[in-house]
Amino acid sequence: MMIKVVSSAALPVTENLMIQKNRIEGAAEPCGKRVCIVTGTHGDELEGQYVCARLAKLLADGRQSLSGVVDIYPALNPLGIDSIIRGFPMFNLDMNRIFPGSASGSLAESTAYDIVKDIEGADICIDIHSSNIFLREIPQVRVNEQSEEALLPYALMLNVDLVWIHAAATVLESTLAYALNACGVKTLVVEMGVGMRITESYCEQLLAGIMNLLREIGMWRGAAGKVRSPEVSKDRSVGFVNSDAAGIFIPRVAHNSVVNAGDVIGSVLDPLTGMTVENAVAPCGGLVFTLREYPVVFGGSLLARIMGALQ
Amino acid sequence: MIKNVVYSIKSPYRRSMDIASYTFGSGEKTCCVVGALRGTEIQQMAVCAQLVDTLRRLEGKGRMAKDGSVTVIPCANYYSMNIGKRFWTMDNTDINRMFPGYNLGETTQRIADGLFNAVKGYTYGVHVTSFYLEGEFLPHAKIMRVGDAAEGAYDSLADFGLPYGLIRTPHPYDTTTLHYNWLVWGCKAFSLFTTYTERTGTRSTQAAVNAVLRFLAARGIIEHSLHKGSHTHIMQEEDMTHIHTASAGVVKNRVSVGHEVNEGDLLCEIIHPLEGYSVERITAPAAGTVFFSYNKQLVMERADVFKLVPF
Repeated sequence: MMIKVVSSAALPVTENLMIQKNRIEGAAEPCGKRVCIVTGTHGDELEGQYVCARLAKLLADGRQSLSGVVDIYPALNPLGIDSIIRGFPMFNLDMNRIFPGSASGSLAESTAYDIVKDIEGADICIDIHSSNIFLREIPQVRVNEQSEEALLPYALMLNVDLVWIHAAATVLESTLAYALNACGVKTLVVEMGVGMRITESYCEQLLAGIMNLLREIGMWRGAAGKVRSPEVSKDRSVGFVNSDAAGIFIPRVAHNSVVNAGDVIGSVLDPLTGMTVENAVAPCGGLVFTLREYPVVFGGSLLARIMGALQ
Repeated sequence: MIKNVVYSIKSPYRRSMDIASYTFGSGEKTCCVVGALRGTEIQQMAVCAQLVDTLRRLEGKGRMAKDGSVTVIPCANYYSMNIGKRFWTMDNTDINRMFPGYNLGETTQRIADGLFNAVKGYTYGVHVTSFYLEGEFLPHAKIMRVGDAAEGAYDSLADFGLPYGLIRTPHPYDTTTLHYNWLVWGCKAFSLFTTYTERTGTRSTQAAVNAVLRFLAARGIIEHSLHKGSHTHIMQEEDMTHIHTASAGVVKNRVSVGHEVNEGDLLCEIIHPLEGYSVERITAPAAGTVFFSYNKQLVMERADVFKLVPF
């Protein structure tokens, strides 16, 4: 175990912003490979914290079975995690919209640059996100359709429930995953759970997937359990359920359950009058992979996402 | 003057947020001016409000062209303004990172969609807005280098009569702004930046109002006697000199926006926050005009503290 500072910059009053990583070098025969596990870009997303903690201990204890190098970056936005701030404190842009950063840019931009430079040259990177505080997600890998061919085989190794292949968007060209894929690091974005919480079962599920991936690429000779086969969104529709009314949302279906088209997903109630102001229905049958966690809703708030059947 | 509500959004406990537009003249949709999309853009709202007042008086005196119209939308986010928050009241998203919007999407995507439908189809668009860096700017107009609409419009920067007109090469995170999407839809769009954001100033507010009135007069849509303003130096944004801190602490500025400096002139000092001595003296790397000045007391390492327009 070797703790390294990837980026450091002075804060106004006697402390430094530090991005740290834990480098774990395998004691088995070297294979020349490096895998990076990154998380904590958004300060309110904590699921990755537990995955990093478990993985660091597991690999440190099992170095004899590890070949190559695993770098664990548990907090790309440590000030955000410390202060429950989603963004980079005192910076008005989402940190995951400024990659690959700039050496001569502002503090956030130069920090982003340092992170990319440190990861460059790795074989694979797994970028772990939770949802925000509003939505709960089943463990899933999200892959830009442009990267599908290169990334899907690795996504299938990660023991997630879903691989969502989504359309490309120009604005996503400024994410860490896009920047790393552009420079040859195969980077998989994992989304799971909910903001500000740790869902231990999801974390253990992903941890098993990471160990399986390390085993599949020849870096881990220890045990790795059987992994599940995820649903893949290709050739399936994704139904979005948004509220039109405002009030409090009471779900009527369970997260990760299967519904039929027309089923009531949940109700929006007006606490002042007691009236049900909206019954939100499923636009298609399928798996409820996203379900609203935070009860207060405005017009437009996302309530659920449903993965439809094969088309 | 015709007042309309261009979009409404519902909240659980507040009256619906109704985005108001004010239209002057009739006929062709000549120019649309949009103000605050963020809750801290008080100056931007004030500029538009003063513009509404002036255009109402001009229309009353018959000084509007018969074959054109101007629409002003002073504020599209008073929910956040009324609680002192920059971004959206519920999920902290930025309406100006949601264009062109989506009518079945999340709340701020719906607001962006409703607003964009109302402001589409104008020949010219002016967004009175603020930058993501915190500080004071010399008032200026800006256009992004996007598509055919921008190509023919660079010279029009001079019609605002402000000292500087900037041409910006867009970053991926710019692609979801109102300005960028206006240009994509064929509108000759400009962003107008005032010195302040969270406060108004009689002179700076009036300077921005006059800039818009000059622009409208140059298009022949109003008859209004105004001095011609400044000669406009049109330049590429990347030609500006960026000055960063190499240390952190309490900043004492020695110059402010508009100052002309020579190479070697002292711009600011960074003072040790606990021991009071000077830890860094930042001097001008070349002669120029101070275009941007950081205006907080505490400063981090690698912060943008000044931008200079070289002579």
